[in-house]
Amino acid sequence: MNSGEISRRTVLNATGAAALASLLAACGSNTGRGGGGGREIQQWYHAYGEAGVQQAVERYAASYDRAAVRVQWNPGDYDSKLATSLLSGGGPDVFESTLQISAVRAGQVVPLDDLIGEVRDDFTDTILAGHTVEGKVYGIPQAVDMQMLFYRKSMFEKAGVRPPSTVDELIDAAKRLTTGDVKGLFAGNDGGVGVLGGPALWSAGLDYVTPEHRVGFDDPAAATAIGKLRELYTSGSLLLGAVKDWAEPDAFTQGLVAMQWTGLWTVPAVQEALGDDFGVLPWPKLTANGKPSVPVGAYGAMVNAKSERVDEAKAFVKWLWIERTDYQEDFNLGYGFHIPPRRSLAARADKLKTGVFSDAVKFVQDNAKSSNPPDWTSVMSTAFNDAVSRAVREGADAGTELKAAAAKAADELKRLYG
Amino acid sequence: MTRSNTRAFWLFVGPFAVGLLAFVYVPIGWSVVLSFFDARNTVTPTDFVGLDNYADMLGDTAFLRSLGTFSAFAVFIVPLTAVLSLALALLVNQITVMQAFFRSVFFLPTACSYVVASLVWKLSIFNGVRYGLANTVLGWFGADPIAWTASTDPPWYWLVLVTLRLWLQLGFYMVLFIAGLQRIPRHLYEAAWIDGAKPGWQTLRHITLPQLRTTTVAVLLLNLVAAYQAFDEFYNVLGTARGYPPFARPPLVYLYYTSLGSGGQDFGHGSAGAVLLALLIAAVTLAQGKVITR
Repeated sequence: MNSGEISRRTVLNATGAAALASLLAACGSNTGRGGGGGREIQQWYHAYGEAGVQQAVERYAASYDRAAVRVQWNPGDYDSKLATSLLSGGGPDVFESTLQISAVRAGQVVPLDDLIGEVRDDFTDTILAGHTVEGKVYGIPQAVDMQMLFYRKSMFEKAGVRPPSTVDELIDAAKRLTTGDVKGLFAGNDGGVGVLGGPALWSAGLDYVTPEHRVGFDDPAAATAIGKLRELYTSGSLLLGAVKDWAEPDAFTQGLVAMQWTGLWTVPAVQEALGDDFGVLPWPKLTANGKPSVPVGAYGAMVNAKSERVDEAKAFVKWLWIERTDYQEDFNLGYGFHIPPRRSLAARADKLKTGVFSDAVKFVQDNAKSSNPPDWTSVMSTAFNDAVSRAVREGADAGTELKAAAAKAADELKRLYG
Repeated sequence: MTRSNTRAFWLFVGPFAVGLLAFVYVPIGWSVVLSFFDARNTVTPTDFVGLDNYADMLGDTAFLRSLGTFSAFAVFIVPLTAVLSLALALLVNQITVMQAFFRSVFFLPTACSYVVASLVWKLSIFNGVRYGLANTVLGWFGADPIAWTASTDPPWYWLVLVTLRLWLQLGFYMVLFIAGLQRIPRHLYEAAWIDGAKPGWQTLRHITLPQLRTTTVAVLLLNLVAAYQAFDEFYNVLGTARGYPPFARPPLVYLYYTSLGSGGQDFGHGSAGAVLLALLIAAVTLAQGKVITR
C-alpha cells in the first residue's frame, strides 16, 4: 500500500545483500589458495548478456599464475552494488566500471599510468579520455560500445531518399519515410531526449564540457541544435511508445520504422532479422562547425584504492588488459560484438573488415564522442536532460532552458575545478 | 512469573526492535547527520557544511518543482482515492450475494507488486503502438493510436499513472472502510428509520459518514503520506536507463538520482532533501488533521 515503505525496504535489502556479499567475499579471501593465505585477488564484472563471457573471464583469471584470482559475476544493478561496496571498504580489488570524477576525488581508484605506459597511443583517444581525469588514467578500457543510426536500405530506395548527411536532411528523410504504418525514426520513447542531446550538441560543434573545464553548451547555437530535436518531435515522424525502448532493435527489425537510433550491440540481431537490408550512419552534422558523431563508452578495468593488494591487483590488470592481447581479442569478438579499444587489435580482426562492422570501426576512429565524460556529473546531466526534455517535449524556450542548465553546470564545474 | 514475562517480552519484541533500530532508526538518524556534511562518495564525511545543503536544495528549482507537482498530486489523488474506496466499500458491503468474492476481487490488486503492475500498464495496456490494449480499443472507434506514456501534450501519462495507482490502492482502503462500516451498530440505522430518515443519502450523510470519521481520518492520512512518497510506479512507468523526465517527477525519485545518480553519490544533498520532504509531510499532515478534526 505504501510505496515509500516498499522502496525503502528494497534499498535496505540491497544494502543488506551488499553487506552479505562483502562478508562472503571476506570469507573467500581468507580461505585463499595454498600457502599464499589471503592473497586471492577479487575481480568483479557486471553480468554480460552474451553467452560464454562468464566462462571466458573465469578462464582468463584461472590462467594467471602470479596470484589466485577469484571472479565474481554480478547480475542486477551492478553500478549501485559496486558504488556501495566501494563506500564500505569491502569492495573488490579489481573491477570494471566507467570513470567518474567523484570516484577520483574520493580516492576510490588508483592511477594506472605506469601500466599503460608504452601502449598508450594504441588506445583510441576518445576512449582513453573517458578514463582520464586531470591527465591521469584510472581505467584500462576493455571493450567499446557505441550508438549509431540504423537505416533500412529498401525503404530508402522505395521512397527515393538518400542516407542523410546533415540534420536537416535527416528530418526531411524522416518525414518522407513516414507512411501509414511506418514511422521515419525511432530514438526512444522519450522522443530521443535521453540519447540525442549529446549528438545534437556535437552536430553544432559544441560539447557538454570544454577541455578548459567550461560549460560547452552556453551558446546560442545549442538552442538551434536542440530546436532541431523539437522539430523532429513535432513532425509526426517519430515513433513513440514502442514496447521495447531504443536500446533494443525490435522496432527496427519489426519494420515499424525506417531508421532507429540504437547501439552496436544490436547488430547481430538486426543482421539475423534483416540480412543485408540495413546500413549504419553517425548522427549527422548540423552546421559547418559541427561534425557527425557517435557516442561511445567503455567499461575499464580499475583498481580499488582501498584494496590491501593494490600492487598485485595492478600487476594482474596489466597482465590481462595490456599484455594478453589474445584474451582482449577473444573478449571483444568471441561473444556478441564489441570493438576492441586498441587500434592494433581492431585493425587485425577479420570480422571488423567488412560491411557495417568496418563502418562502425571507422566511426569510432573518426567520429567518437564520449557519451558520459568523467566530469559530466549527475547534477550536470540532470540539469541538461531536464532542459532538453522541457524544450523538446513540452515546447519550452530552448534558449532559456539551456541557459538555466548552463548556470547549474557552471556552479558544478566551479566546485570541481575552482 | 514476572521474570518469565519479561523474558517472553524481549524474546518476542527483541528481534523486531533490533531490526527496527538497526535498519530504520539508525539510518534515519545517520541521514540527518549526513545532511549537515559534504558527503560525496562517503557515508563517514568529515567536511561539516552547516545548512549549506539545505540552502542548495531550497534553491534547487527542480526539487521545488517536484514538491509542487506532488502537492498538487496529493490534493487530487487523496480525495479521489478516499471517495472511490468508500464507494466500493459501500457497494460491496450492501451486496448480498457473493460478498466474499467481490471483496477479494477488489482487494487482490493490493497483493500485486508495484513493479509488475507498472510493467503491465506500460508495456501491454498503455503502450503506444497500434496493437496495445488501449489503442486497440481506440481503433474500434476509428481513433489514431496515442503514445500514452510518451505524450506530453496532452499529458496522457497522468491517466496511466492515476489508473495504475487507483487499481493498486483502492482495494486496501476499501477493506479499511468495510471494517469501519461493519462496526457501525445496526440499531443506529433502525432508530433513524423509525425517526423517518430514508435509507440512502439521508442515512449515509447523518449516520454512516459521521460513524466512519476515525476510519476516514486514518485513510486520508495514510493516503497523503503515500502520495508524497510515490516512487515505484512512477519510476517504473516513466523512468528509463537514461534517467527520469522532468515532469511528474516524485520528490523521492529526484532525491534518488541526487544521492545515488549515475555520476557519483551525493548523500549530503540527498539527505537534506529527504529531511525537507519529511518536514513538509509532517506539516501538511498536521494541517490536514487540524482541518478534519475541527
